[in-house]
Amino acid sequence: MIRPFLAGLAILLSCLTATAQDANIQPILQEYQAEIAKSSRKTIGPVIDAIASSGSPKAQYMLETWAAKNMWMRKSDGLFFVGVKTDTKSYMLTDFDSGDVVGNYAKSDLKQLKPNSGVRAMIATALVQFQLMDPDAAKRQDALTSIQRDPGPTLLAPLRASIDSERDPTLKAQKQRLERLLTIGYDQDTKARVAAIEDMSGDLGVDVRATLNPLVAKTRNVAAGGIPTGLNVAGILEPGTEHFSKTDAYDLLVAKSMAPALVSSGDIRTALAANIEGGRVGGIPVAQLDTVTARKAAYAALADAGKVPALITPADTDAAIASHVFFETFAEPSAKVTTAATDALEAINLKVGLNQTLDLTLDALSLASIYFLAAIGLAITFGVMGVINMAHGEFIMMGAYTGYVVQQIIPDHTLSIIVAIPMAFAVTFAAGVAMERLVIRWLYDRPLETLLATFGISIALQQLAKNIFGTQARPLTAPGWLDGALVVNDVVSISFIRIAIFILALVFLGVFLFIMKRTRLGLETRAVTQNPRMAASMGINPGKVNMLTFGLGSGIAGIAGVAIGLFAKVTSELGSDYIVQSFMTVVVGGVGNIWGTLAGAAMIGFFQKGIEWLNPSNTLAAQTYMIVFIIIFIQFRPRGIIALKGRAAGD
Amino acid sequence: MQRSFIAKNPSVLIFLACLALFTLIVTVLSEGFGVGVISTSFVKTLGKTLCLCLVAVAMDLIWGFTGILSLGHFAFFGLGGYMIGMWLMYERTRLIVVESLSQTEIPATSSEIIDGIGNQIFGVVGSSDFPLIWAFSDSLVLQLAMVVLVPGLLALVFGWFAFRSRVTGVYLSILTQAMTLALALYLFQNDSGLRGNNGLSGLQNLPGVTASQDEVSLWFLWASALALGLGYLLAAWVVSGKLGSVILGIRDNEARVRFLGYSVETYKLVVFTFTACIAAIAGALYYPQAGIINPAEIAPIASIYLAVWVAIGGRGRLYGAVIGAAFVSLLSTWFTGGQAPDIPLGFYTVKWVDWWLVLLGLSFVVVTLFAPKGMGGLVDLLTQRKSPNRHGADLGPDDGALREQEASQ
Repeated sequence: MIRPFLAGLAILLSCLTATAQDANIQPILQEYQAEIAKSSRKTIGPVIDAIASSGSPKAQYMLETWAAKNMWMRKSDGLFFVGVKTDTKSYMLTDFDSGDVVGNYAKSDLKQLKPNSGVRAMIATALVQFQLMDPDAAKRQDALTSIQRDPGPTLLAPLRASIDSERDPTLKAQKQRLERLLTIGYDQDTKARVAAIEDMSGDLGVDVRATLNPLVAKTRNVAAGGIPTGLNVAGILEPGTEHFSKTDAYDLLVAKSMAPALVSSGDIRTALAANIEGGRVGGIPVAQLDTVTARKAAYAALADAGKVPALITPADTDAAIASHVFFETFAEPSAKVTTAATDALEAINLKVGLNQTLDLTLDALSLASIYFLAAIGLAITFGVMGVINMAHGEFIMMGAYTGYVVQQIIPDHTLSIIVAIPMAFAVTFAAGVAMERLVIRWLYDRPLETLLATFGISIALQQLAKNIFGTQARPLTAPGWLDGALVVNDVVSISFIRIAIFILALVFLGVFLFIMKRTRLGLETRAVTQNPRMAASMGINPGKVNMLTFGLGSGIAGIAGVAIGLFAKVTSELGSDYIVQSFMTVVVGGVGNIWGTLAGAAMIGFFQKGIEWLNPSNTLAAQTYMIVFIIIFIQFRPRGIIALKGRAAGD
Repeated sequence: MQRSFIAKNPSVLIFLACLALFTLIVTVLSEGFGVGVISTSFVKTLGKTLCLCLVAVAMDLIWGFTGILSLGHFAFFGLGGYMIGMWLMYERTRLIVVESLSQTEIPATSSEIIDGIGNQIFGVVGSSDFPLIWAFSDSLVLQLAMVVLVPGLLALVFGWFAFRSRVTGVYLSILTQAMTLALALYLFQNDSGLRGNNGLSGLQNLPGVTASQDEVSLWFLWASALALGLGYLLAAWVVSGKLGSVILGIRDNEARVRFLGYSVETYKLVVFTFTACIAAIAGALYYPQAGIINPAEIAPIASIYLAVWVAIGGRGRLYGAVIGAAFVSLLSTWFTGGQAPDIPLGFYTVKWVDWWLVLLGLSFVVVTLFAPKGMGGLVDLLTQRKSPNRHGADLGPDDGALREQEASQ
């Protein structure tokens, strides 16, 4: 409904704006016949402008034809036509203006016009103004994208002209924003540019910074005597300061050919090797040239003899530096624009900084929830029961592989995740119960041996997974609705998977608290943990409670495995990547307290992100420093952030 | 009446005799000096195994006797290897650089030589400057001192922090594991100064030695055997004296020893540092035979295997650790080297390369559950030595030692 209306409107507008509606394109082409026939980037500019501004309804079509190399010139009279191949030797020509078929011509009577890439680029720029007014919204969007990608001074006028007639609100907003950016970059009027800069000040978009940064880019420059006038000077550089050493200053002089280049030790060596005469260089035997002083002496002798350029001493460089003035200039000549741009960038950077802090906080929160998720199973087996289970990481891995296997059977990703979560719980619950019954219950009095035996199980399980699934990483694909990210602005964004994991961590926290504080099993678990004999004499079966609690902890690890598998590749080493961090989380937080585990995960997550922020290129270093930090932290709070007191603390 | 050290510990003499006999037989059968029945690569394997036995002795001292399950001793082992590797690599590169620079017309200055070495060594990590830790790498004597000093210092600082805050039991184990992980991660970085994950390589070539690897491998075998003999002797002397009694006391009841007036932390720290130094020496002998060292060697799993060896061999007795390390590591080489025959089950063929770790893990669980004394326990069967009657419950060391009373009540 709206499309034909818009198209009609566009035609109507073009009718109104066109200065010579009936102007034919052929006369213009004939006026510039020579330039078109031998087009070059240097001469074609006025021709394209003339065609584009002719107002002829066929101008766009003609330019497109030309760029696509479909325009042919009839040699007999030099007229231009659209050529379509009919057979190998002949082409059918059509007139641009009337659209009538002129007839078939042999190839030898015609000349194809092949604009080179430079000319084609200019044609494309000229075409943009037509595309910006195109009735098809998708084409207008394409034109805007191409301007964003490759902005230029010539695009400003057509863009401005197209804003008023734009009816699509999103496109209009885009056009207005782009107009402001192009104004900053290319407008002739300084006031308009400053106004545009002030308009965009405080905008977080990357494109704004990309427009402003080149304006304030500084170039180091040097001049003898005073600073030449007519330059937009950013500041005077003092050689010998932190950001501008004397070496920098001298290098700048050399680069500007205002001082002779320094003679490097490599140059000395080459010069000496080239001037060996009878086993001696400058009177010094070659064998003695193995010290810097001897080499310099030999080189000085050569320089005195005029065979090599003289050595430049520090005194020379100091004198050269002292006789020049060093300064920085902006590429942009207008001082008003650069001042406005600097102020705007400062405002933007402050805002970006605030947003980055927010983004970092979100990242840290999501990392903390991953650690919490990995550690919450341990908080039950290790924290509550005091059983150290080194195979916990392998339970996480088993959960992830269960998710993978379920996904192989159920191809629908949403459904498979819904099935995988209880399946993973069931599998790891069973594994946990089996392990508790077969191994751990014999070792309750011997924690170190529990640690070792579970290590043995961990080694075996890891290798078993390798034997079954191979060493390559297996994908566990998240459902489509978890793809993508919640984008707040150009700086702050968080992926949906991370939000889901955060929510899952909260759910687990709730489940843990509910089971421990509100159910019979939780009550019995706490009783058995505090005093197994007393609990037994109250009619609780400690063996059964231990078995179920351990199974519960293992099962939660399995669910965590599914969640972790969604964003990390599923490999047999998946678990061991998390095991040390998980134990750290529980130990730092305080054993036996779920809030402690939460605090530990938060602390480790925030701390690790903080270090990564200080040194973003190096996540290995971040992990190293984090572990060192934890070791030191345990010095001051050996029992963790939230330490149990009284009888619950055990010893 | 004072009995002599040997009379109190007849096992030491038997062990030393066995070690000497073993070294002699290998020498006679080797390619370098003997009839050539044993290949050079196997001599190297045996030499490396002796080094592993030495670090197992250290582990037994700290775990079996002092009751600290350290999961970080392979970090000290690796650090020792890195320290000797730095000298080996520097010196060998120096010889190559000097040789290549002597071809040029102008004799090289010392700074040019050092730049050349730096380029050769650190080219792989995109650098050419010597980091600070290489400051002594041009001197064999200083670097040999570093073999003991660097891991010793690390153990001292870490141990002081850990023991001072009374971290014990499994917490300490996890903490030592974290230390190992931190060290490995640190060394994995390219800017750690030790060539990142490339590690140090070419360590089997001793600079300035023209003898073939056949002979060099035997030198290292002798050196390893000597180090193992001395280390064993020293460890046996330590555990049989007063110090030994105190550390056994700490293992069985730390609080009681503290209340008797001993500074438990100091004793632990001394033993921890001492065993770290032994581990470092073992590493310094191991890696020239292995030829290459990289941070993966320090990964936490290596230290866990060390604990596995000692547990299977039998902790709390030094020869147990040696037997365990030798047996498990040689068996491991045999299985993972593809020499063990596959077992066809009809529907599935058990390939030992794949299944060995499963077998090791499970047998480790079985040993922990049913034979806490490990393979060393077989010796007790031979000598008909019996454990005191523990009323049916096998209560080993650790917490269990306290509970004999409770079990009898």
